[in-house]
Amino acid sequence: MTQSDHRPGTLIPGGAVFPHRHLTGIEGLEPHEITFLLDEAETWVEANRTRAAPDRRLSGFTQINAFFENSTRTLLSFEIAGKRLGADVVNMHAAQSSVKKGETLIDTAQTLNAMRADVIVIRHMSSGAVRLIADKVDCPVLNAGDGRHEHPTQALLDALTIRRRLGGIAHKRVVICGDLLHSRVARSNILALTALAAEVRVCAPSTLMPPAIERFGVTAFSDFDRAMEGADVVMMLRLQTERMAGGYVPSSREYHLRYGLTLERLAKHAPGALIMHPGPMNRGVEIDSAVADHVEQSAITEQVQMGVAVRMACLDVLTRRARGVKGWA
Amino acid sequence: MNRAILFTDARLVCPERGEREGELLVVDGVIADGPAPADALRVDCRGRVLAPALIDIGVARIDRAAARAGGIVRVAPMPDQVPVLDEPGAVQRLALIGRPDLWIHPIAAATRGLAGADLAEMAICLSAGARAVGTGRGWIADSGVMHRVLSYARDLDVTVITHAEDGGLTRGAVASEGETASRLGLPAAPAVAEALAIARDLMLAEETGARLHLRAVTTAAGFALVRAAKARGVRVTCGITPAHLLLSDNAMSDFRTFAHLSPPLRSETDRHAALAALADGTIDLLCSGHDPRGPEEKRLPFADASPGAADAAALLALALGLARDGRVSLPRLFALLARAPAALLGLDTGALLPGLPGDVILLDPDAPWRIDADTLPGKAGNTPFDGLPVQGKLLRMWKGGRELV
Repeated sequence: MTQSDHRPGTLIPGGAVFPHRHLTGIEGLEPHEITFLLDEAETWVEANRTRAAPDRRLSGFTQINAFFENSTRTLLSFEIAGKRLGADVVNMHAAQSSVKKGETLIDTAQTLNAMRADVIVIRHMSSGAVRLIADKVDCPVLNAGDGRHEHPTQALLDALTIRRRLGGIAHKRVVICGDLLHSRVARSNILALTALAAEVRVCAPSTLMPPAIERFGVTAFSDFDRAMEGADVVMMLRLQTERMAGGYVPSSREYHLRYGLTLERLAKHAPGALIMHPGPMNRGVEIDSAVADHVEQSAITEQVQMGVAVRMACLDVLTRRARGVKGWA
Repeated sequence: MNRAILFTDARLVCPERGEREGELLVVDGVIADGPAPADALRVDCRGRVLAPALIDIGVARIDRAAARAGGIVRVAPMPDQVPVLDEPGAVQRLALIGRPDLWIHPIAAATRGLAGADLAEMAICLSAGARAVGTGRGWIADSGVMHRVLSYARDLDVTVITHAEDGGLTRGAVASEGETASRLGLPAAPAVAEALAIARDLMLAEETGARLHLRAVTTAAGFALVRAAKARGVRVTCGITPAHLLLSDNAMSDFRTFAHLSPPLRSETDRHAALAALADGTIDLLCSGHDPRGPEEKRLPFADASPGAADAAALLALALGLARDGRVSLPRLFALLARAPAALLGLDTGALLPGLPGDVILLDPDAPWRIDADTLPGKAGNTPFDGLPVQGKLLRMWKGGRELV
């Protein structure tokens, strides 16, 4: 789409190619909008590698990372992404702040808004919390994970990793295995990958499988070996320690027996598959070290690298309107 | 005040006598037969509907403004008030504060503190004004306790009102399992939690011969159990709210906390089963489940928000929609809204029969309006029907022959 297609004054805020104020989830994004974000991220991958001329396009902008739930890698990734673009990044660890003193989420949102943030990145333990805040603030909001609902930048970085490694996403067989019930990563990935026409298989014990999952356009398995058959990508999810103790699965060693990704399993059922994990990993539970560190097939560190590029792209795209970028303002 | 009121040119809708055009006489606050005294106050109804005023069982809060707007003259509040209705002082106070406009018939707690362990002083609470006993918005997990509650209540000939959801399955859940809950990432319980609890309570009611009322039955499996139990002669009745008849779980989309209810909204299949159960008589009564919650309890992430909807003011209009859709006749509708709830509380009212209290409403069943959360009368506007166009307006209402203004 060229600029000449637009008549002055008819542009939707945020540009016609990505007409969203916030990024609260993959749900609601059109396939071409996802592809657009991936294309934007692609340019930052190279820039991050060479680090030739620093790009300070968010200079003078304040980015608040409001994390109501503990996080290390996602917070770090967003912080680095903001700083690489020249933004003033402030981290708010709300898990140990006024929220503990009984302040409501809405009040916290209004406080952040009154401080005139230019973009707010939010992680919260309740599904829907980010959407709630997004409705109350004047600046773009980026969802860094809300409860079991969505974690859109993780899905984008996973899609980018697959696209770069396999040359495309359409018709690739992707197996997502692990605690899908409690996983926002799984939900966002299912939405993004099915939108991009991948064949998505999900695999978990029935105690950890969301009901009506087939309505997402995926095929559900409880047998990992069958699910892996002919897979192009095997994406393992983290099993939270507190769920290993008998509530959902009998033990970590039984889980490893049925769902652990081992070299033997990989060689037998999906010999060339790309191995992915959103981290942090439980080595020896859902994934063996030999698989996680596989020189050719593991893309786990590459995922982290893509994470910074994807988050830079999202921060850039969502602030284009405020920065008065031509065609977006 | 005139001793007698004669309603003329009315479309009389009575759960017992059906629908007819004519006049209704109220003398000294009681519906009467025979010729009207010469000095009777004449109210020209101009062909509009005159029907028994509504009785709302199982409200969470006393909300006069909402009741007044909804044509409700009697409410039965749930026992989970602050303090819990398990001692006569609290029951008696509540039973008296509404009069004369709104008569309050408390549902006393079935177990002390609603803890589900020890029997509460049911007989003392009944003497203080309670008209039923109940488990509140919780479930009695211990079957032995439930057995004793039902046995003891049978001796007192009082109905036990239960909330039928298996607490083990619903622990931590805020929705019914299904595509919507999965998409939103909400903790959800399988719908069978309801049928499980109903099955146990029905068997214990059958065993003890007690009268059991299920506050809200909302699933196909639940209705099947109730239907079969009624056929066996079990003394069971069940209710439902308009929300569970008119909405399914996709109303929770976009994390709309006004659609966070208890029991939660169900699948479309269950909703259709509810409409069928309404048509075939399995459902005995309609209630609002009125539970006003302000923004401090609703403007939160879905799972953190309190469940409940404030639907008393819209109950009449929503119910009239069911009649307009041909689901029920108008006389049957007022059996659901007035006669059946009265019977549950052991009151002879809720019909236009001589000798019954002159609790009547005059309404225009066709007048259109739009439900608006911001302007709905009552303590809060948390209705999942916000923005819905409805038909049916209350024009005037009388309690015991005295017009409420």
